[in-house]
Amino acid sequence: MRFGKRDILRALTAELRGRSIGLLGPNGAGKSTLINTLLGFYKPSAGSARVFGRDIRADTRRIRGLVGYMPENDAFISKMSAVSFVQMMGELSGLPPNVALERAHEALFYVGLAEARYRQLGTYSLGMKQLAKLAQAIVHGPKLLILDEPTNGLDPSARQRMIRMIREIRDTGEMRILMSSHLLRDVEDTCEEVLILKKGQIAHYSDLNEERRANRRFLELETYGANGDFAGVIEGLGCECAVTANRIKVVLAEGVETQDVFRLAAERQVRIRRMNFRRDTLEDIFLKAMDV
Amino acid sequence: MAIYRRSYKPYTGTLTPAWSRWLVLFRYSRRDVFRSKVQTALFTICFFYPLLCLAFIYLAHNISFLAQIGVSGDLISIDNTFFFRLLAVQGVLAFLLTAFVGPGLISPDLANGALPLYFCRPFSRAEYLVGKSSVLAITLSQITWIPALILFAIQAGFAGPRWAWNNLWIAGSLIVGSLIWIAILSLLAMALSAWVKWRIVAGALLLAVMFFGAGFGQAINAVLRTQTGYFLNLAYLMSTVWSDLFGIDSEHWISVGDAWIALLLYCGICLFLLMRKVRAYEVVR
Repeated sequence: MRFGKRDILRALTAELRGRSIGLLGPNGAGKSTLINTLLGFYKPSAGSARVFGRDIRADTRRIRGLVGYMPENDAFISKMSAVSFVQMMGELSGLPPNVALERAHEALFYVGLAEARYRQLGTYSLGMKQLAKLAQAIVHGPKLLILDEPTNGLDPSARQRMIRMIREIRDTGEMRILMSSHLLRDVEDTCEEVLILKKGQIAHYSDLNEERRANRRFLELETYGANGDFAGVIEGLGCECAVTANRIKVVLAEGVETQDVFRLAAERQVRIRRMNFRRDTLEDIFLKAMDV
Repeated sequence: MAIYRRSYKPYTGTLTPAWSRWLVLFRYSRRDVFRSKVQTALFTICFFYPLLCLAFIYLAHNISFLAQIGVSGDLISIDNTFFFRLLAVQGVLAFLLTAFVGPGLISPDLANGALPLYFCRPFSRAEYLVGKSSVLAITLSQITWIPALILFAIQAGFAGPRWAWNNLWIAGSLIVGSLIWIAILSLLAMALSAWVKWRIVAGALLLAVMFFGAGFGQAINAVLRTQTGYFLNLAYLMSTVWSDLFGIDSEHWISVGDAWIALLLYCGICLFLLMRKVRAYEVVR
């Protein structure tokens, strides 16, 4: 994908099959451009892409019929009530008027705007506008929901609400989700797979659940009364250890749990004063992908 | 009271035909137009002159009544000039109505970034433009060629089939003359509102294009001692075409062919400007 002389997306080859996929990357990585290209807003300068097996150049209209899109920026019609707005969007997607009206009410109830659905969109708060955008994206029952920075500008409670909503939609199993965000926490909370972009290229693609399962678990122990033998005992379980002063850093082996470490400490009269346990987080994966 | 289940369910029913989607936009936009009292009042005023013409046609065929009030029947002549005047008056009203209605069609969508929401659906830019312009096209038709044709039919009913047959070309002129004016007004109003994005400014700009264009054209004519300034005067171009269509003898500084080409060029430029602006996202290169 080129804009003028700039390559925005290049050498991008991936097959996304997950139920909820997070698109991660720093600002300018090409997340929104990828989404806009998949929706047919931008014509790719080279290469091809398929959504549900349909080519984005040849079958743009059919693809758009299967997709619900929530854009990043403000997108509404200020003089319209939310219910009219969502109904119109439903009709434009092909719903008959009476069905569109019924589903507009349902969608607005679903996203939590039931009480405010007759108010003009121009009077809505930012959080409410985001929810109205989500309602118009799901009103026609798409098979793929594309969310571009859905929590942008939301306060913590509105963000929590949006994340919960996305998780609920994901868990219905009725539609797949492609969510673009630069907020790692949002992606971690809602997505099962993650595609990390960097300067228009894929930096990393992984199944978060697999990653969590496969990733090493770290333990940092602060002990009292332990000598060098205690680290050796832990190593006897197959773990890797590094000893510094009164601290032992442990990489837990497969099948070894923290309880095993407690048991060994009790047997050897070692007092554990502090224990930090952590897995590789999405932040670790992201930073690794960014070569930071 | 309706009870709505707070859950998501997919839609499995039938969809409306793809060709009919532009009608959705037409329906919603038309409803918005007539929500304004000012626009509804202006639309109503646009029927006053056709009603006056109807009265004239009635009087022209009631010699006895004219004799009673002491007016000669020859004073009221229903001919090409009569219909030319009708179209000229309705054309001015159509312009005023466009200045109110036109800018409100596209600018709110652009100002609030709503275009991606339209185009992420199975709905093209061409359908969007057809849907929006059809609001103006149908509203302006209702005040130009449709009442003019009704008056023509009433006149034909009074004057008989011979008159109708001999003057059938006037009906054609009414339709062609109105449609080209409607096309210019619709495209110009939408193109300006798409570029300005602000409804009031777009309305003012439409007036400016019409009046300042004419003034600027006259200035060019005076300074450069040429007639090319008339090409900037949309009203002049239109009146040249209308005069030719209705067979009105009048002095024109530019040829009818040139006027047609200039008008079609204006339409093309407006369409080009619209297609440049009406897209989901602008690409910053």
